[in-house]
Amino acid sequence: MEICRQDDALQISDLDPFLAELLRQIPESTNPDGAPAAEARLFSRPSAEKKICAEWKSYVEPELRRLFRSATETVTDDLTQLNGNEKSLSNCILHIPITHADAWLNTLNQARLVIAAKYKFSDEELNDHDRSPIGSRRDLGLFQVNFYGFLQEFILREIPG
Amino acid sequence: MKAQCDNIFFMSAVNAGQLEKGSTSTVEAPIKEKETRGEEELDVPWQVVVHNDPVNLMTYVTMVFQRVFGYPREKAERHMLEVHQKGRSILWSGVREPAEFYVQQLHGYLLLATLEKVG
Repeated sequence: MEICRQDDALQISDLDPFLAELLRQIPESTNPDGAPAAEARLFSRPSAEKKICAEWKSYVEPELRRLFRSATETVTDDLTQLNGNEKSLSNCILHIPITHADAWLNTLNQARLVIAAKYKFSDEELNDHDRSPIGSRRDLGLFQVNFYGFLQEFILREIPG
Repeated sequence: MKAQCDNIFFMSAVNAGQLEKGSTSTVEAPIKEKETRGEEELDVPWQVVVHNDPVNLMTYVTMVFQRVFGYPREKAERHMLEVHQKGRSILWSGVREPAEFYVQQLHGYLLLATLEKVG
């Protein structure tokens, strides 16, 4: 896989089917359903004061849900470029307009936080970048967290300011 | 672009502010006093605290501090390192409404941020 900046877009090319599948799984990975810890992490408490939390739930949380959903929709639309024949993936280039960079950063962050909360990764696991090959769904989850983090790092390097 | 977080939060803050202004007009009715913020409460200094999170990238947290508070890179990095090393950092302190607005923005970027009374 190669990733580079080309004019007003980020380009991901030379994709193998495995990494293409991980990219396709980004939107789905943001879903905290069935994992209360993930839901609690995405919508964390803003204060120890009950009154503030109650106001927050009524007025702010719906806006946050709308924001996160909108970002995920942008990423989902971009990822439709990967639909098609798996054999043609090596010639496929994923173009991410630089104007979508914030949506990508947000969605990748949602996905990383939800996966980490679902599997309850420890600090040691999250900092272990030389992990042995993937042998379980949990290992795959940790690989996803690191892969999505790599994409975030690249986007952060390329966005202005 | 579909994700316009700054505008969304700005509108949210504006709406919240209007609601508060509406409710303070009833301050003389005793039954309403418990539902409004007294001047004393509004005058209490509040602080915006960001807590450590092993998932968020250090570079990402630095960028968020620059964007939300307008801090130069060096200052944003100092706060990021304080969060990373000490578990929390006070990013801003002052009156409640802007503090709430900052916490909203930080949650939009998925940072662990809280609003706390000073002292």
